[in-house]
Amino acid sequence: MSALLTAKALVAGWQQPATPPLDLVVQPGEIVGLTGPNGVGKSTLLAAFAGRARVFDGQLEKQPNLRIALQTQDVPPVAGLPLCGRELLALTGASAAGLPPWLAERLDLRLDRLSGGQRHYLALWAILQAPADLVLLDEPTNNLDAAGVRHLTEHLHDRARDGCGVLVVSHDAAFVAAACDRVVVLESADA
Amino acid sequence: MPDDLFLMPFLTGLGLAIMLPLLGCYLRLRDEWLAALAYSHVAAAGALLALVAGLPPAVGGAAAAGLAGAGKRVFAARLTGGASYAVLLLGGWSIAVLLAANQPMAERLGHALFDGQLYFAGAGELTLVALATPLALLILWRLSRHLLLAHVYPDFFRVRGLAAWPIQGGFDVLAALVLALATMSLGVMGAFALVFIPPWLAFRRAGSWQRGLAWALAIGLAAFVFAFAMALWLDQPFGPVLALLLIIYGLLVA
Repeated sequence: MSALLTAKALVAGWQQPATPPLDLVVQPGEIVGLTGPNGVGKSTLLAAFAGRARVFDGQLEKQPNLRIALQTQDVPPVAGLPLCGRELLALTGASAAGLPPWLAERLDLRLDRLSGGQRHYLALWAILQAPADLVLLDEPTNNLDAAGVRHLTEHLHDRARDGCGVLVVSHDAAFVAAACDRVVVLESADA
Repeated sequence: MPDDLFLMPFLTGLGLAIMLPLLGCYLRLRDEWLAALAYSHVAAAGALLALVAGLPPAVGGAAAAGLAGAGKRVFAARLTGGASYAVLLLGGWSIAVLLAANQPMAERLGHALFDGQLYFAGAGELTLVALATPLALLILWRLSRHLLLAHVYPDFFRVRGLAAWPIQGGFDVLAALVLALATMSLGVMGAFALVFIPPWLAFRRAGSWQRGLAWALAIGLAAFVFAFAMALWLDQPFGPVLALLLIIYGLLVA
């Protein structure tokens, strides 16, 4: 089985190099955690995998025609927008099947009338469930309560069982330990 | 309509009252409602320039607004924070007013463009609106999902390889051309009132995007029909009557 994504001594950044060299392989059906201290460049690497940030050095190979779904830490700008949960899922082609009951029953409400945690999980679900070969998640447990984190962990395993590769950037050590098959720790260059 | 004289203006306005509130929902989604006012002023300047040059005003208006729409992304990249719209608006207004003040042939059209004299609309305007309305609605329907996706999930939009052209750039050109067409009949402020107020009210109340579109359409159509009858009855220019009605309704609801 060929890897979805392979990075060899990869250095990424925006205007200038901003990450230490990274070696990483993500296979189909695998959940890989990427951790490290603040500012080491984890989100920048995700952006480079998604084709947004620049690759300054090393190699980045992606499977041909790879469908990537990317969740960033940016909050979707839905305040004042008449957009309901069901319409949000339809935007990314995500299915509502498997949503926790506390969200499934609120799918017809406007997103700006949900609580912060409910809105975050629904916005995350729309990316998680989008048709994709590789899902990139940046701090997905932010704003989630314990029930949300538990549901997310179970769902990531379901997604991986279906053959999807998942790369998770997170500071939540307990979540990373429960959800990920293996963890890559990114150390700053001057450490 | 009791008189065929008013049937053509009524049908012309009706088509615009369908297009503008729906277009306005997507402009509001993208925080670009000021662009509507800019396109209208540029269209007015283009129409007057064309008239002075001996060309059909509608062609000049559409060409100027179309150019502004096509170049919007270039302007916006250099003039951030909505400054590009302000520059276009002020530039269009200055040129239009100066032409109207110095060219006798432009004065009458200038007044019509800024007053919003829908009752002067004839077969030419009606034909253009009849052709543009279904086409614009079809394009909006095709672009809708991707415009929403680009706003809510800009990173997902890019990572899926969805291109700014024709989705976002195409919408810019569509908005500019529809506003140019509307400015020729409803006037600058009449067109802006229909593009701004119905979506503003609909976004406050609607429970979903689909219902928001329906609300905006219903408010725009009701305001248009009422304003048409009121302006005719009171013998007043149509644009200000429409804008005033929408403002009063908006303030009552808000």
